[in-house]
Amino acid sequence: MDTFAALAHGMAVAVQPMNLLYALIGVFLGTAVGVLPGIGPALTVALLLPVTYKLDPGGSLIMFAGIYYGGMYGGSTTAILINTPGESASMATALEGNKMAKAGRGGPALATSAIGSFVAGTIATIGLAFLAPWLVDFAVRFGPEDYFALMCVAFVTVSATFGDSPIRGLTSLFIGLTLGLVGIDKLTGQARLAFGVPELLDGVEVTTLAVGLFAVGEALYVASRRHHSEEKLEPVRGSLWMTKEDWKRSWKPWLRGTMFGFPIGALPAGGAEIPTFLSYSCEKRLTKYPEEFGKGAIEGVAGPEAANNASAAGTLVPLLTLGLPTSATAAMMLAGFQQYGLNPGPLLFAERPDLVWGLIASLFIANCMLLVLNLPLVGLWVRLLAIPQPWLYAGILVFATMGTIAAKPSVVELSMLAGFGVLGFLMRRFDFPIAPVVVGLILGPIAESQLRRALAISLGDPMTLLQSPISATLLALALIALLAPFVLKGLGRFKATED
Amino acid sequence: MTQDHASGDPAQPPRRVDRAGIVIAALLAGLAAVLVVDARGLSSTTMYGMGPEAMPVVIACGLALLAIGNFVDALRGNLPARESADPVPVVLILIGLALLIAIIGFGGGFILATSALFVTTSAAFGRRAILVDSIIALVMSILIYLAFDRLLTLSLPTGPLERLL
Repeated sequence: MDTFAALAHGMAVAVQPMNLLYALIGVFLGTAVGVLPGIGPALTVALLLPVTYKLDPGGSLIMFAGIYYGGMYGGSTTAILINTPGESASMATALEGNKMAKAGRGGPALATSAIGSFVAGTIATIGLAFLAPWLVDFAVRFGPEDYFALMCVAFVTVSATFGDSPIRGLTSLFIGLTLGLVGIDKLTGQARLAFGVPELLDGVEVTTLAVGLFAVGEALYVASRRHHSEEKLEPVRGSLWMTKEDWKRSWKPWLRGTMFGFPIGALPAGGAEIPTFLSYSCEKRLTKYPEEFGKGAIEGVAGPEAANNASAAGTLVPLLTLGLPTSATAAMMLAGFQQYGLNPGPLLFAERPDLVWGLIASLFIANCMLLVLNLPLVGLWVRLLAIPQPWLYAGILVFATMGTIAAKPSVVELSMLAGFGVLGFLMRRFDFPIAPVVVGLILGPIAESQLRRALAISLGDPMTLLQSPISATLLALALIALLAPFVLKGLGRFKATED
Repeated sequence: MTQDHASGDPAQPPRRVDRAGIVIAALLAGLAAVLVVDARGLSSTTMYGMGPEAMPVVIACGLALLAIGNFVDALRGNLPARESADPVPVVLILIGLALLIAIIGFGGGFILATSALFVTTSAAFGRRAILVDSIIALVMSILIYLAFDRLLTLSLPTGPLERLL
């Protein structure tokens, strides 16, 4: 089979000593940064992007994969031990995990989440390896109008369909699209929204935006509400290992979580939040110990954690095969590819199979490393959590600005970072989602150039968007996804008045 | 915009006009206007299809619609409840960022700039031991500088302190 040959070839790339070292550094850094409270995988990748700047593309992508998976593992440790999920996808883990830690069962909670992440990550990566070539074959047939339609679907699902408020989600998306316009128009060379500032001609850097929104914004937000509550770190007491009973109660939720996570992650449906909560409510319904839910049931950690990791691998399917990021973390990965001038998509599979398959193979290796790194070394990561909050956030801000200072030490770029920080703070305060801004900035310019290319080919006839069956179907899907929340909300209101 | 009236008060009726929401709607409308004005300065040179000015106008229309949507939400008081925010630490961190930018801008170098940010942020989070924090910050930023400069060979801005190393 083709896939096996390609995967074996990728393995050969991934086990080269230098690449193994990159993977190890990646998972180590990813876990260390991901474990810090308030830092999710997206920010972990964004913060560590400048570190990989000087490496060769192959090695640095392998390092990224390690950082990505490491950040996921680290995030769940934080969620369990201090109940501050760094991202919405580990919210479900925090529900039961933190209760388990409070009841002195933090060790088994960490173990089931680490082993569950390993199981889910491995199965989902196999899924990725087999689904990707198939999708690539399909994607080769895509014309520019189909790509544009696909991006419309991604825009809508990421911002409107699954959030609390479609209006606030779309507002975030359009802020991102606006930022994507800044700079020189690639087709005509005219400057848009640059206001005569030379630094703006290159456009807005994705890392500056992401680090500003996530790191600086988060620090400002936490500082502004410090007087509300003190976070408490739960010490890991008792045995770290899972009992036989724990294993028996964990393995089915792991598999079920994977079944939720991978397909939903692979669809352009926006992130890991939905599968984790689906898995949580599913485990709650199926459990033999319903009385334990809300007090620390191990199923409620095992399922969502597996779903979280499976969907992380799932989001790599549209990212690698179509160049379509559907979560903030995937958007950061895309930024990582772009810093080497690589564009993920069918062409990359054809032109640089060593790179793509090396990356996929190294995901397996990163997963194994993380299992080893997380179970015995969990004490080390827990010590990182004990850093006092003032130093922690001061350190995060230093690290965040350092990336920008290293890449572009200009007053304009640093002011933009601070400005995005304020934007991120206000968006958190007024409950606007952050991820659509990043996705809008990255996908906006690509969608525009695909649309303009499609219209140039059709000599300006907009009907070309509807004449291609793929594009027409996708646009219809986007429209349904856009209208669905409004219709459902209308129904909900109708029901509410009936009560 | 941080000095919000404390709207987390449960005694208030839930449906009242949210002033911050109206400001947000106004800002979105303003952004849409900026996009249109900027797009009018572009010349369309393409024979077929869209010129560079088409997309900004489309996005401006979207922003205008969203401004209306946010305005309606604000009038109805539909925004999610907010807890009170303490503006002092936010301002402190922003001062720290301003110091960092100023020090880099005037050639003070990486170590001084990041140390200033570290100390102000730490103070914003309630630390009062400025001297101890300054020493920690200096040691940390010197280590980071050395790691980046020697190991990763990335150049960070240099100032008086960096030249001594």
